[in-house]
Amino acid sequence: MRYIWLIPVLPGIGAAINGLVGIRYFSRRTAGLVACAMMTLALGVSAFAFWQMLGLPSEARAFDVVVAQWIPSIPLQTSNGVIGAFQVPWGFRLDPLSGMMILIVTGIGTMIHVYSTAYMAEEPRAGVARFFCYLNLFCFFMLMLVLGSSFPVMFVGWEGVGLCSYLLIGYWYEKKSASDAGKKAFITNRVGDWGFILGIFLIYMTFGTLDFRAIQNAAAAMPVETMHFGVLSFICLLLFVGATGKSAQIPLYVWLPDAMEGPTPVSALIHAATMVTAGVYMLGRNAVLFSHAPQVMTIVAIVGVLTALMAATIGLVQYDIKRVLAYSTVSQLGYMFTAMGVGAFSAGAFHLMTHAFFKALLFLGSGSVIHAMGGEQDMRRMGGLKKYLPVTFVTMMLGTLAIAGIFPFSGFFSKDEILFRAFVANKAVWALAVVAAFMTAFYMFRLMAMTFFGGYRGPAWESAHGHGAHDHDAHAAHDAHGAGHGHGAWHGPHESPSPMTLPLQVLAIGACVAGFVGIPAALGGGNAIEKFLEPSFTPAAVQLKLDATPGGTAEGARSVRLQAYEAAEHEEPHVSRGVELGLMGFSLVVAVCGIMLARKLYVTKPQLSDELADRWAGAHRVLSNKYYVDELYDATVISGTFAAGRSLWAVDRNVVDGVVNGSGWVTIISAWFSGLTDRTVVDGVVNLVGRVCEEGSFWFRRVQTGLVQNYAMLMLFGIFAFVSIYLFMR
Amino acid sequence: MITPTHYMLLSAALFIIGVIGVMVRRNLIIIFMSIELMLNAVNINLVAFSNQLHDAIGQVFAIFVIAVAAAEAAVGLGIILAFYRNKETVNIDEMNLMRW
Repeated sequence: MRYIWLIPVLPGIGAAINGLVGIRYFSRRTAGLVACAMMTLALGVSAFAFWQMLGLPSEARAFDVVVAQWIPSIPLQTSNGVIGAFQVPWGFRLDPLSGMMILIVTGIGTMIHVYSTAYMAEEPRAGVARFFCYLNLFCFFMLMLVLGSSFPVMFVGWEGVGLCSYLLIGYWYEKKSASDAGKKAFITNRVGDWGFILGIFLIYMTFGTLDFRAIQNAAAAMPVETMHFGVLSFICLLLFVGATGKSAQIPLYVWLPDAMEGPTPVSALIHAATMVTAGVYMLGRNAVLFSHAPQVMTIVAIVGVLTALMAATIGLVQYDIKRVLAYSTVSQLGYMFTAMGVGAFSAGAFHLMTHAFFKALLFLGSGSVIHAMGGEQDMRRMGGLKKYLPVTFVTMMLGTLAIAGIFPFSGFFSKDEILFRAFVANKAVWALAVVAAFMTAFYMFRLMAMTFFGGYRGPAWESAHGHGAHDHDAHAAHDAHGAGHGHGAWHGPHESPSPMTLPLQVLAIGACVAGFVGIPAALGGGNAIEKFLEPSFTPAAVQLKLDATPGGTAEGARSVRLQAYEAAEHEEPHVSRGVELGLMGFSLVVAVCGIMLARKLYVTKPQLSDELADRWAGAHRVLSNKYYVDELYDATVISGTFAAGRSLWAVDRNVVDGVVNGSGWVTIISAWFSGLTDRTVVDGVVNLVGRVCEEGSFWFRRVQTGLVQNYAMLMLFGIFAFVSIYLFMR
Repeated sequence: MITPTHYMLLSAALFIIGVIGVMVRRNLIIIFMSIELMLNAVNINLVAFSNQLHDAIGQVFAIFVIAVAAAEAAVGLGIILAFYRNKETVNIDEMNLMRW
């Protein structure tokens, strides 16, 4: 498995080719082909590595590769001498968790690359190459994030995917809303990254290393901070701040709905399937740390379930098809954090995987719908598209059933596992999660009903060509760019070309069957995914068990604590099978209720929903405006930042500029005085000397008569005088 | 009996006559001759003391002075001749080019 570094590098090469050469020289087709080829290769390598890993016994499923040294060994000195060395290698680690993640990233990434070749076909040539360059670069960083074996490597990927997210949200950078959304995403993520990097610093201060395995081993030997809020709790809290930024949790979720300004494949890949789950992945990666900070776990669970609920309520009333899916993503991410918070790390990771399938599917389906409608995203102007878009309809329906949690689609197993673990851990969290599940089923079927059922409400088209006769016709698919970009009239809704429908079908199969890897024991399954992922969340236990020989006292103490830790970890919730089955049935009933309600309000009696909106106008307005959170942030944080900036500017203008101008004035004035002195005193002295010489010489030059006899006379007198003095003074 | 005092008186008289001649006369030739008179007054002094002190060095000096005076006369007469050619006069009052 020495070759796993190839997995991130392959898309990186693709990005380099498309970025350096493609933007100038490649045709749309070549650019897409290069990107897809690299992703397919990466998928192949990932699948091979995963298959090799499956062949190993479960304790040995962790493989480290150091490609090169990044930060060479730096000795760390204090007054007590050298205490250690700081070094960061470019290390990659393949273990069950990262193995699952690379399959998700490369698998869904490949599907979305293929989809993009058709979706972006109407873009300018250089734009397509730029798009694929960014998309490949994103996969490069995302794979580095999930494969990194230490925090710095992960952080490189973490920041890199943030950069690519920014670039891709702002892909249509001429559009103000798109570039604004990109900036919003980037800046909001900065807030989270601030917490993340502080957490990394604190980890280094505490453990003296940044390698995941070493940290887990060290943390496993520390006591669980049930009663007090110790250093582990602070580390976990800071890491969670980082996760809220990247994974769009309260209070930093505001960027994700706006990120829908990017092209739809980007929304599917980055803002649904992969990047936004990085926070969940990071929590799972540090499961041992979080297990030792139960108070932070509670915070994570509460934040997660509140996010799930809040985003779901907003999703109930949105009309933009992509925004509904965006809030749905926020809500599902909330579920994953709830799972992490109640200690069900494998359930969270399982939901991450199933969600990647069905949410990528739903986004790609919505992209297909938008494509068919010539750029229309408002669901009020859709309707009845079932007959025009049969493939999209069927695949999206499967995805919707999966996200709603209908048996036996994938979402049922993962969501139910989370709900079950939440029920065991905390009844209040469970209740809120069930409400969110009900809303999820409702808004997803509302989306389906408004888009595919009922009568067509969209704009009319040139009927001369007949309906649906242009299946092969690739239209401009600018999200919200308006119809008919670049060529003739819009010929009405039509099914998308095969490079778009094929990924839909593949992902639909995934959304149907992905859940079968995690059939719970209560239904007679083995919950294979949980057993598979378990070593990633407790590798310290395995590792330490091998180390802990009962020789030294310190070692002994560590192994005792370790056994306690293991006991706590493997303490299975003692709930009878009947209760578990009952919960499953209950959540199924809840989902079906949500679906039936959506059917009643949007299919059978569409006017009823408007009446309800009128009756609850206040609540409806609050939800439509997303709880005014953007406005709240505008009024507090953003205005505050602006005010601080303005006041600093005022200081700059008055004080700093004042000092500069003042020194300028002082110089001018002193120079004036200096000039005055120069003119009067210095020049005066010079002139005086000249004048004295001139005046003196006017009289004195008369001595020079030019007459030799005068000179001789003077000589004579002189001699006479000196001789006289000599004689008399002697 | 002729004593050194007599010689010195003669020498002083000659010297003063020379000085007065240089001071008061306007003709360059006369002034030149007065300078010769002063030189010869010195020569008398030198020879007188040489004789008095029985030392020949004084007479050697006198011969040197005569030789130098001859050379000086040649140069001086050359200057006077050149001046005369320019100014058509040997009046020293006309020689005032060095005045202010």
